[in-house]
Amino acid sequence: MSFIELSNINAGYTKGNPVLKDFHLSVEKGELVSLLGPSGCGKTTTLRTIAGFIMAEKGKVVVGGKDYTYLPPNKRNIGLVFQNYALFPHLSVYENVAYGLKRRKVAKELIQEKIADVLKLVSLTGFEERLPAQLSGGQRQRVALARSIVIEPDLLLLDEPLSNLDAKLRDEMRAELSRLQHQLGITMIYVTHDQIEALSLSSRIIVMNEGNIEQIGTPEDIYEQPETPFVARFIGFDNHLFGKVVGKSEEGLLVDVNGTTLVSNRSPGSFNLVKNGDPVELYFRPEDIELMVGKDNNSIEAEIDYANYQGNTTQYALHVGDNKIRAVLPGKPFTADVKSIRISISPDKLIVEKKD
Amino acid sequence: MKKSKLLILITVVMFVFLLGPFLVIIISSFSNNAVMRFPPEGFSLKWYDKVLNIEMFRSTFWMSLKTGLAATLTALVLGVPVAYANVRYRYRGKNILELVFSSPAIVPGLVIGFSLLRFFIYVTKIPVLTGLYLGHTAILFPYTVRVVSASLRNFDKGIEEAAVSLGSSPVHAFFAVVLPNIQSGLVAAFILAFITSFNNVPVSLFLTGPGVATLPIQMLVYMEYYFDPTISALSSILIVFTVIIIQSTEKLLGISKYM
Repeated sequence: MSFIELSNINAGYTKGNPVLKDFHLSVEKGELVSLLGPSGCGKTTTLRTIAGFIMAEKGKVVVGGKDYTYLPPNKRNIGLVFQNYALFPHLSVYENVAYGLKRRKVAKELIQEKIADVLKLVSLTGFEERLPAQLSGGQRQRVALARSIVIEPDLLLLDEPLSNLDAKLRDEMRAELSRLQHQLGITMIYVTHDQIEALSLSSRIIVMNEGNIEQIGTPEDIYEQPETPFVARFIGFDNHLFGKVVGKSEEGLLVDVNGTTLVSNRSPGSFNLVKNGDPVELYFRPEDIELMVGKDNNSIEAEIDYANYQGNTTQYALHVGDNKIRAVLPGKPFTADVKSIRISISPDKLIVEKKD
Repeated sequence: MKKSKLLILITVVMFVFLLGPFLVIIISSFSNNAVMRFPPEGFSLKWYDKVLNIEMFRSTFWMSLKTGLAATLTALVLGVPVAYANVRYRYRGKNILELVFSSPAIVPGLVIGFSLLRFFIYVTKIPVLTGLYLGHTAILFPYTVRVVSASLRNFDKGIEEAAVSLGSSPVHAFFAVVLPNIQSGLVAAFILAFITSFNNVPVSLFLTGPGVATLPIQMLVYMEYYFDPTISALSSILIVFTVIIIQSTEKLLGISKYM
């Protein structure tokens, strides 16, 4: 049995209309698992069910061998970090961090010792007497982290902890979280809608959609081998074209798009399920496109709408027939004085999904 | 340009309507006349002296103060849990219950006063003082619920959940984390409710009785017999007191956002 086991869970905000239906999840000790998905996909519901703020209507929650299903949240030894920090506004940094220890009746000397250690860990030594209102966003999130790890929880739940921070701070805090996780070896479940956070932090990613798990895998699995169109789109396969299967060859699956044949040799689940004449969708990433004037392997005619220079890269808005295509290429804008060019995608970067 | 001139005119007229009566009262309280008249003739402080020496005003002032404090505190103690339930939980019939809770603020005071007298005081035969206290509690209750609700709505539920996840029971979290952070809302509710009680006439009119009168009722009685500037002097004192209380709490706590 895994460290955390959610089995057959029905849970949600209104009775009889659960967000999660017959939901399963298992997390091993010491893992950092991300729940990744758009808002409303059930990731926060999952988190709140584990924390105990939502009681499952059906099913079982087990953490570390203990049945948590009906245990009230204050009896679960779980640390929580919120998007908006949720620090106690009327208490100093020291008192905020001490809160959980005092509830646990830890001796005063030991509390002082532990707080000194944890504040050092999150680089906030010297901030003990400040009030939350006197701290920056990044510092507040550090306090929130310190407050939740100082109680030595069995499990740390983080609900979009970085999304209120600006881009630069977010990068810093991400590195910091990663460091803490490796240093403490604490089991973490991390809710986010940001694929970069999920990819860079997690040992495993669980992609969720409408209360269901779409795919579970390592960051590399998810990024390279999305199993469903939803995951593909969510993880950056932003472009899609419609086509029709016209055959299979040594090189891969042959798909006709507006009269041009493209080859795909990566095979997600449905590869063997398609037969000639089936309508399909093709997915590919903006970064996987090459632009060229002459005809080349696996390319299709496109028109450039505009190019947007961004320093180290250039973004292109193009269209193939009626489909809008976005491309991101390194370097300066394509200078050839043509409106009509070809976009080329290597066969192993092209996902084919059967269209229902 | 034309529009803004009209706007200024409307604003001035509004202020004259709002503040004019207060000015008339305050100015006439310094009059030397034995009859209330505006503009006053002469200047004297004798009416202020008289106010302080009328025993009935002193005793009813204490009655108003005590009734107001007791009823306000009771309405707060009852109002906080109701406000909490309304803000934090969804339950069946919540809208209807909210309407019921706010009805004493909507129904005219005379109606409330009469119904309380006819269907509560006469029926239960409770002492006049108790009736007055309960009646005031009832009319203050919607104010405390509303003001405390507003401050609870501004308070992030996540903070409470953080306390619970750190080991507080929901009740402990409420006292340790919620209450200290809605203090200014509580003070705002207290002041609003107290002033409402202190100034109330229509409900008190029915619930006062022999030997039990509040200051506004006593003032009404006095005016029926005398028409000298004593009432102006007393009113001026009350106006100044109210303004000082509201202004100083606003400066200290910024309570207006809850009202």
